[in-house]
Amino acid sequence: MSVISYREALGQAMREEMERDANVFIMGEEVGHYNGAYKVTQGMLQRFSERRVIDAPIAEMGFAGIGIGAAMVGLRPIIEFMTFNFSLVAIDQIVNNAAKIYQMSAGQFNVPIVFRGPGGPAVQVAAQHSQSLESFYAHVPGLKVVMPSTAYDAKGLLKTAIRDDNPVVFIEGETLYNTTWEVPEVEDHLIPLGVADVKREGKDVTLIAWSKMVWTCLEAAKALAEQGIECEVVDPRTLRPLDVDTLAASVQKTGRCVIVEVGWPVAGFGAEVAYQIQKRCMDALDAPIERVTSDDVPMPYAKNLEDEVQPQVKDVVAAVRRVLYLE
Amino acid sequence: MAQIIGLPKLSPTMEEGVLVKWSKKEGDKVSPGDLVAEVETDKANMDFNIEDDGVLLKLLAKEGETVKLGAPVLIIGKAGEDVSALVAQAGAQAPAPAPAPAQAKPKAEPTPQPQPQPQPQAKPQPQPQAKPQPQLQAKPQPAQPAGGGKLLASPLAKSLAIELGVDLRTVTGSGPGGRIVERDVRAIGSNGHAAPASDDAHEAQAEAKPEETAIAVRRPQAADHDTDYTDTPASNMRKRIAARLTEAKRDVPHFYLMRTLDAAPMLAFRERLNALLGDKGKVSVNDLIVKAVALALRRVPECNAAWIDDGIRTFHRVHVGVAVALPEGLVTPVVRDADQKGIGSIAAEVRDLATRAKNRQLKAHEITGSTFTVSNLGMLGIERFTAILNPPEAGILAIGATIDAPVVKNGQVAVGKTLTVTMSCDHRVIDGALGARWLAAFVDLVEHPESLAL
Amino acid sequence: MATASKTPHPDTSRVEADIDDTSMTETTVAELAPLYRQMLAIRRMEEAAAKAYSQGKIGGFLHLIIGQEAVCVGAIAATTPDDYVVATYREHGHAYAKGAGARPILAELYGKSTGLVKGLGGSMHLFDKATNFLGGYGIVGGHVPIAAGAAFASKYRGDGRVTLCFFGEGASTIGGFAEGLALAALWKLPVVMICENNQYSMGTPTYRSLAVEDVSMRALAHGMARDRFDGDDVIKVKRRVAEAVERARTTGEPTLVEVVTYRFRGHSMSDPGLYRTKDEVEEWKRRDPLNRSRAHLSQLGMPDADIEALEDDVRAEIEDAVKFAEESPAADEYMKYVVKP
Repeated sequence: MSVISYREALGQAMREEMERDANVFIMGEEVGHYNGAYKVTQGMLQRFSERRVIDAPIAEMGFAGIGIGAAMVGLRPIIEFMTFNFSLVAIDQIVNNAAKIYQMSAGQFNVPIVFRGPGGPAVQVAAQHSQSLESFYAHVPGLKVVMPSTAYDAKGLLKTAIRDDNPVVFIEGETLYNTTWEVPEVEDHLIPLGVADVKREGKDVTLIAWSKMVWTCLEAAKALAEQGIECEVVDPRTLRPLDVDTLAASVQKTGRCVIVEVGWPVAGFGAEVAYQIQKRCMDALDAPIERVTSDDVPMPYAKNLEDEVQPQVKDVVAAVRRVLYLE
Repeated sequence: MAQIIGLPKLSPTMEEGVLVKWSKKEGDKVSPGDLVAEVETDKANMDFNIEDDGVLLKLLAKEGETVKLGAPVLIIGKAGEDVSALVAQAGAQAPAPAPAPAQAKPKAEPTPQPQPQPQPQAKPQPQPQAKPQPQLQAKPQPAQPAGGGKLLASPLAKSLAIELGVDLRTVTGSGPGGRIVERDVRAIGSNGHAAPASDDAHEAQAEAKPEETAIAVRRPQAADHDTDYTDTPASNMRKRIAARLTEAKRDVPHFYLMRTLDAAPMLAFRERLNALLGDKGKVSVNDLIVKAVALALRRVPECNAAWIDDGIRTFHRVHVGVAVALPEGLVTPVVRDADQKGIGSIAAEVRDLATRAKNRQLKAHEITGSTFTVSNLGMLGIERFTAILNPPEAGILAIGATIDAPVVKNGQVAVGKTLTVTMSCDHRVIDGALGARWLAAFVDLVEHPESLAL
Repeated sequence: MATASKTPHPDTSRVEADIDDTSMTETTVAELAPLYRQMLAIRRMEEAAAKAYSQGKIGGFLHLIIGQEAVCVGAIAATTPDDYVVATYREHGHAYAKGAGARPILAELYGKSTGLVKGLGGSMHLFDKATNFLGGYGIVGGHVPIAAGAAFASKYRGDGRVTLCFFGEGASTIGGFAEGLALAALWKLPVVMICENNQYSMGTPTYRSLAVEDVSMRALAHGMARDRFDGDDVIKVKRRVAEAVERARTTGEPTLVEVVTYRFRGHSMSDPGLYRTKDEVEEWKRRDPLNRSRAHLSQLGMPDADIEALEDDVRAEIEDAVKFAEESPAADEYMKYVVKP
């Protein structure tokens, strides 16, 4: 085991997979000579040359589509969006082409591609650069959607995503790159897609969260433990496919559920999770499922307002107390 | 003390009824068993007999009004009592919950085991504490029963109540609006107040079942001058027919067997019977067919059966349903033990049932329980047709018209009388060969009608 | 991946599109007859599809290429079976010319399990991996980057394949076209971008949709080779596209080829055709590429009996395909191909 950063874990995953398979390449804005806008691809150009580390001009629709065409005929592209906010200008390629070609061609062509990059709120970059788009992609059959919260998960899930034969939307936490976690020093640290992870065990209430919100929930769980309340924090890690079994098993045990996401409330992915939980755990629930989300507004710039919009530890604590009928 | 009486359940499948006619008026004194109104259900017009003693203080439903099962229809009490509060309550309450059956559904999911740890308590109680106990005193919540005495409890509290044998009626809810939550049940359960895991708990659970949401009925609009059609609101019977037939045709795997038989011997036999009966009655072709169906079911009893979820139920008695057309639909009165009855009594019984069906006077027991059905459109000139099964029965026989047709006798073509019958079978119960065997028995009986009299 | 050369690219293209030029390119019966046969089969197949559509046997959108057959047939004739083709939703002809066969194409239009994509794609989404036909795409211009991507893979692997990308002039205004073209030029990808300019973007004529009606001029901004000519003579299409294919194969450089053509039918089956006159349609029908090829075959000395035999053969092929489609079992699977296991 070694303790490494989330950023380094992602870099390791890509380097290892590119060593392993000559069909893997990375393409995106500033991935090569600039060494990555967030330094995730640092050093890769030197190691793999311009043939496999390709700086793209600002044309997300164009290079996302080039990745898809290359994947159809056997390559395994990693397409980096400098941030997932820019994936919106490529969303026709992701939704109409990547997600559908396998089905439209009745299985003749598949699209083994990873669209990756940071997503979720960053710090004081305002409305267009600070948003969570996972619910958009999780809606689409044919895509897989991965949102790692730790360096351990980031490495294991990205390696699996690169080897997956389907298009994977891999959204990294923009504020998680410097977080650290223990990562095993094994040749193939692989984590299957669609398997949730219990990040903390507890008996009183289940907190379901992914990406950055896992950290918020772990902090809230610590605060609540001091009040004698034991939270179980479950991280689905992949939103599609979703490991409902593990989530439901936890709620069956605790009888209470709070879903925490940093996205907007309306039609957010947490609403789908809540539906799945109530369907599976109706008879075990002692209180209505709670959701904690960002406020229903575009992200403001000012720091105090930005904090106000997003779920904070105190909001999670309050929601937990509500499902325990303590508020 | 005055009380509200809701519309009672007058048939097994009734969900609402039309209050056709009040038999009593406000101020009348009634005793249990007295007829107070006539109610049209999905099946028939039924008597609504009161089960209480007192004076009818207020009739809440108008004649012709459709009332949900359990919704307030009248107030009964002592003469002169003030009912204004109850009238207001009835207005707020309608449509009221249906009386819930006093049984709990089996639990679908295992519930958490009772845990030995100190649990959040509704009331502060001294307890040995191994670790800091959360400040879990709930804000006092008035345990106000919402919706007129309805018990509110979380699903977990309900399953836990059954598991711990706690009677939810004895529990004070500490959740919002008085909702009983897990800690309330555990408080009682661990205090030795547990009732035996009895029917009471089940009843309490049943009472606590969320009330059925009344679905707003969209009334078809009367035709206005710019439409080219008329929407007629469906009667209860029409709705029931629509639902039942859709369900039957969709859910039951039908297949059909058809045979054309020589009807001449049966027609001749019928003439002889009618001559014998003289003015004491008449026997129709249909009556003979009812008898033949009943005897064929005795010969091939595997067709006197129904599909139940995990097997086949074979009936020991033969009850033949006879479909009767009414202006607003159809009804299927039942000739019970038709195999045991003589042709004459079948004829009399069918005539009586048909007449009363047309006057909507049939009682519920007269239109339920058939094990096989006969549907006859021969008198309307239909030569052959296929009928939709009448669940749970596994067979129905569709009778066409008796027609003049060429038949071959002794190698010669002659003018004869033929009749085509079509058997619809539920393939889950009756396979092709079995159905064919039954149909052969039936044809044999009809072509040798003397055996019907044996 | 090599980045763009900084030397300005010379404009090497011819840009005439003399649509009144009715002379025919020199050829032989051996070269022309199979192409005439392909064009005729595409036309008969689409006529059969239109009939089935009118009988309610085919649903949804049905975009016919009738009148434009020489473009896909001539262009694809300039490639090898290993080369990739990417097309739009008006792609029955392209799939056929690539070798998919009338049976699975018509069965697909009928929504049958024997269809090219098992009733999952229909008219707009034919795919045939066996013949390197990378599909028909319904979002205008969205497939241009995909074609560039297939060409990218060829360059990455050095496999010498060329990709043909077909689109209408209506696609030339959307972002996917602009970005696909820009990246293909920047990275020198072996792709031939073929604009089938049928002069109407659905119901809008080019003079109301394009500031510059010459689509091939878009290549100039990227220092990319271009060509522009009329598409009634299938051999001419083949020769001119072959030059672009050769450029892609030997130098890895893309070309933007614009072929001026005309569709005789509506945009789709529900098109009332109010945006153009009957006279205009009739005038273009006189230039019908099939009639021109047939006359050319006679001129080249192909006996009438041989031409008629060829035509009978096509009729039989399409009749057989219709029968196959009619008699095939209904489509039956739709959950199997969502995610590859």
